[in-house]
Amino acid sequence: MQIERELRHNAKRGYRLGNSQKIAPYVFVLPFLLSFAVFFAYPLVNAGVMSFQEVLPGEVSFVGLDHYRGLWNEDFGAALYNSSRYTLLTLFLLIPVPMVLAVFLNAKTMMFSNFFRSALFIPALTSVVVAGVVFRLIFGELDGALMNTILHLFGIPSQRWLYSSSLGMFALLVLAGWRWIGINILYFLSALQSIPRELYEAAEMDGAGTMRRFMRITVPLLKPITIYVVTITIYGGYAMFTESYMLWAGKPSPQNIGLTIVGYIYQQGFQYFNLGFGSAIGITLLGITLLVSVLQLTLSGMFKRED
Amino acid sequence: MKKAFLCTTALLLILVMGLSGCGGNGNTETSPSNPPASNGGTKAEGGETEPAGGEAQKVVFWTFVDAHQKFYESMAASWNESHPDKAIELEATTIPYDDMHTKLLVALQSGVGAPDLVDIEQSKFPNFMKGTPQLVSLNDMLEPELGNIVKSRVEIYSKDNTYYGIDYHVGATVMYYNKEMLDQAGINPDDIKTWADFETAGKQMLEKTGKPMITFEGNGNWSWWPAISQQGSDQVDTDGKVTVDTPVNVKTMEFFQKLVKEGVAAVAPGAGHDTEEYFGYMDSGSAASVFMPFWFMNRFTDHIPDLKGKVIIRPMPAWEEGGNRSAGMGGTATSITNQAKNPEDIKEFLAYAKLSKEGNLQIWKQLGFDPIRTDVWSDPAMKESNKFTDYFGTDIFDTLISIKDEIAPVHIREKSPEVFDAIRNKAIPEIFIDMKEPAKVLKDVQASLK
Repeated sequence: MQIERELRHNAKRGYRLGNSQKIAPYVFVLPFLLSFAVFFAYPLVNAGVMSFQEVLPGEVSFVGLDHYRGLWNEDFGAALYNSSRYTLLTLFLLIPVPMVLAVFLNAKTMMFSNFFRSALFIPALTSVVVAGVVFRLIFGELDGALMNTILHLFGIPSQRWLYSSSLGMFALLVLAGWRWIGINILYFLSALQSIPRELYEAAEMDGAGTMRRFMRITVPLLKPITIYVVTITIYGGYAMFTESYMLWAGKPSPQNIGLTIVGYIYQQGFQYFNLGFGSAIGITLLGITLLVSVLQLTLSGMFKRED
Repeated sequence: MKKAFLCTTALLLILVMGLSGCGGNGNTETSPSNPPASNGGTKAEGGETEPAGGEAQKVVFWTFVDAHQKFYESMAASWNESHPDKAIELEATTIPYDDMHTKLLVALQSGVGAPDLVDIEQSKFPNFMKGTPQLVSLNDMLEPELGNIVKSRVEIYSKDNTYYGIDYHVGATVMYYNKEMLDQAGINPDDIKTWADFETAGKQMLEKTGKPMITFEGNGNWSWWPAISQQGSDQVDTDGKVTVDTPVNVKTMEFFQKLVKEGVAAVAPGAGHDTEEYFGYMDSGSAASVFMPFWFMNRFTDHIPDLKGKVIIRPMPAWEEGGNRSAGMGGTATSITNQAKNPEDIKEFLAYAKLSKEGNLQIWKQLGFDPIRTDVWSDPAMKESNKFTDYFGTDIFDTLISIKDEIAPVHIREKSPEVFDAIRNKAIPEIFIDMKEPAKVLKDVQASLK
């Protein structure tokens, strides 16, 4: 009797241990923690160490801050300028446009809204590599290229799209817009659907027009999702690489007009095999992105206590 | 405050994951069809799984050109026939250009996962010469053959008198003339001996047809580099010092820019000679000639089909009477990595494929390259009908033999990848597209490379 009771007690304790509210969460997040440690934390720490080293096959030596000092050069300047300009411009493109489109798509009176939803979302499913090749042809310099054909309709002569800084940036933005607007619409649509209809009805009864309702109800209530989209757009902008890589066919763009920071990491790290310097650029990029994001979140009041 | 800290930490995590996820996208993509990486690492001995031969040794080979893979596979088959006692089982894989070189760098750097035998493209080669080269010395197999091959084609893959790679071809630069257009303008290509003659002919072409005589690359190196190499100059010297703005180099660029200004030369649409736009442009007979290395032949046969039978191959014009009329450009070396299990056996196979007469004949027949072994150039096999002789006529190698001794070596040193990029990326576009003054542009590039 006694033994039986003890056994049952022990079994209960074992059961309780496995089922403990303290341990279970850790078990559930363990896969994430492990993969994070192996694939993110370890490489990050290693990149930090490598950024102070000269890494050559069979010969690794510490060089102190040399790589960081080496960052003060024209190419990194160009990369930083391009990435920042791209990020800023994508913010203007990828926040208001999808927001307005999402409002339209969400409206009951909108015809064929399901068709437009899928049509706008489909580009997101296309591989950037394929899209890059297609856009390279669209922005070709010959008279027969699509963009030049369009210009001819307005009597504007053919342009060498991928050879000037501003036209090249324009091509990158068109590609970004084509690809990301659909995804951002999706975010805004989901947020829109959580705004109670009564608010609009009440505002309408009080005589608020469409524009006023949009500015006073929709935009403020979309704020949390807007902050999220801004944040991912910022680091999406700074992390951009494949688009410019494909648009210039894997070759360096003329006069670095399409060089991005990640492109610079790739160039230095893998094309010139300066792994140490590449790491230094990577760590710097992390710092820049963090700084910009913290700044943006502070300004938008994310860190303020909610009353 | 604590919340702010937590938020910042969370943000940091998101950024790290986001950036590493996106950053890795383009460059570490591994194709699923890529088992050799792991095979090379574990170096499984093929012996146990080999059904018939029993002793065939497994050799893992990476390349970035499909045709190279087929070439080696055929060489392995004929090697196994003639050397049944030393049979090999070649496991060849083609991986996209950038991916392959990146994977190889990482494998050699980390000490695991490299193939036994690998193709390395010329402009990437200096990366593998940094530090202690992780490739096997090929001196013992190469030295006896140095008299029969174009020596510069192994010298560019050497460091401290040790050879680490063997090229497929010489890459002799030649003129490709559109004979039909020359006839229209009344120009005889054999009268063009020097670049001055070329300019005169070009003006005649422009006058008669209104079309440019030649095209130059707008962001590539293939127009300027062969031209300075012809004159014994280069972008880096033997010691690896940057020599971008030497007087010869500046003069050449000034001359070419003058041709563009005169309308004798056009900047290639798509800014390079290897772009879809350029192929279409040439196909419609928009310019009368181009000079490119020998390997450019297959761009004509594969991408510019309408000019079949209309294009002839001639030497480049010399800069002065009796000067060099060609330059060896581009190339891909095959090397053996220090992770190969039996480098000595692989060397024998490599010598068979790349240094033997038979191998060199096959390089022409299968790949359409000018083989590095010059004694096969006069072999009757070079005139046998194939897609190249059908396109360009049977006198291709007669032209090559006439310029055999006029191919000066180029220098490829540690600094080269960076110099090439600066030329392609800054100097050439500024000179040919923005029409800036060559002397100043080259001086600036030279300064930025120090």
